[in-house]
Amino acid sequence: MAESGAILTVDNLGVKFDGQEILRDLSFTVSRGDVFAIVGPNGAGKTVLFRALLGLVAHSGTVRWESKVAISYIPQRFSIDKDFPLTVKEFMEFKTGDRKLIMAALHSVGITDEHHINHHILNQRIGWLSGGQLQRVFIAWAILDNPHVILFDEPTAGIDIGGEETIYNLIKKLRDEKELTILFISHDLNMVYKYANNVLCLNKDMICYGAPADALDPAALKALYGGEATFYTHHHHKK
Amino acid sequence: MDQFLTQIIIGTAIGVGAGYIGSFMVLRRMSLVGDALSHVALPGLALALLYHVNPFFGAFAALMIAVIGIWALERETSLSSETLVGIFFTTALALGILLTPQPELLEALFGDISKVAVSDLYLTLPLVAAMIIIVRAISRPLTLSTISKELTQSMGIRINVINFVFLLLVALIVALGIKVTGTLLMGALVIIPAAAAKNISLDLSRYTFLSAFFGGLAGLIGILIAYGYNLTPGPIVVLTGGVIFLASLAFKR
Repeated sequence: MAESGAILTVDNLGVKFDGQEILRDLSFTVSRGDVFAIVGPNGAGKTVLFRALLGLVAHSGTVRWESKVAISYIPQRFSIDKDFPLTVKEFMEFKTGDRKLIMAALHSVGITDEHHINHHILNQRIGWLSGGQLQRVFIAWAILDNPHVILFDEPTAGIDIGGEETIYNLIKKLRDEKELTILFISHDLNMVYKYANNVLCLNKDMICYGAPADALDPAALKALYGGEATFYTHHHHKK
Repeated sequence: MDQFLTQIIIGTAIGVGAGYIGSFMVLRRMSLVGDALSHVALPGLALALLYHVNPFFGAFAALMIAVIGIWALERETSLSSETLVGIFFTTALALGILLTPQPELLEALFGDISKVAVSDLYLTLPLVAAMIIIVRAISRPLTLSTISKELTQSMGIRINVINFVFLLLVALIVALGIKVTGTLLMGALVIIPAAAAKNISLDLSRYTFLSAFFGGLAGLIGILIAYGYNLTPGPIVVLTGGVIFLASLAFKR
């Protein structure tokens, strides 16, 4: 398999909702095997970018995936109430009835104890899982049909601070084991430095693009988040 | 066939169908949609009575117009379906009350299954069976899109089509159920069995099965009690559902 081929090429991508520009003039490529991070403030259009890459929203410019590429998407938000009557087993079976595949996928995401899987995961209501367990289950679900690419919106949303590293380590491990290409949206620049080999900074326009150590320079961070602050700044957006 | 037996079969079958479809409506937080939609049937029912057409067709036609209207408006405007249904519901109910001939108003509002004929079996049974089969076939995207619309779309599933088919089936079961409970109470027959089943189910297959089962049970027991005590069946069917719901609370998981 060619290691360096572009799996995704984006040219002059733009998205407008009701005449309001959400994304403007984005051009970048993602190579096979990349761990590609997308960062930017709230409302920067990161999720919209994912939706455009998936062909779910109308856009200008071109989004070209390598032919026959299989993509899995893990959205940031799921509406699963605690009393939603669906077990993890049933959720997995929406994709495959093959128990071996389900077990293999759960093993891949680090849920390995047979007893635990049977009693506390598979036959558990999906709404009863903790944030970390739920995220693992979603990752297992995403890899069930052997995708080439995973689009991951905020992998650590709703996860305890200690659990973030674990999820990113897991993503990294899967990328290595399964020759996956990973695109993820994140707020956490530390995680981007540590795990991504390419980063795209977004605030409607493309602010920076390249390897994290080069691309995320002070000028880019300032343009991205404003002011001198490197952590949280309140940002006003046109609605 | 015995008229009473016909009542029981039709009432039970509609209860099963309403319970099954209702399980997905409750899952999708469409409980109020079902309730309000049933009221929209009234003007159609009234016109059918005035022109001596089978009331089912009148009710179904009115529901279809409402469903297509809601579906289209929801796509074209940013109004939520709750708001839209609220608008349709009140205006249609007002129109329906004016149009319905006075002697039939009570029956239209609260149903009267004692009026069913054996020929109604040939309409009801195949329709209920077809509805259950179709809902079962689209149960995966119905459930998934409740969890995440984007996730479902990303799998290449056309949610708009699924939603439309589902709304049509809701319209169909409501139009059928009006015979049993009338337009005012039909919403209960879709919501209550599902709410009761949700209380005591961990998984989807048990939940949908129990919902259908409770719907059928409410229909069956309700009609039997109403017959035994010479009461109007519609409200008794709904009350039976209410009792099942209360009982389910005791076993809530």
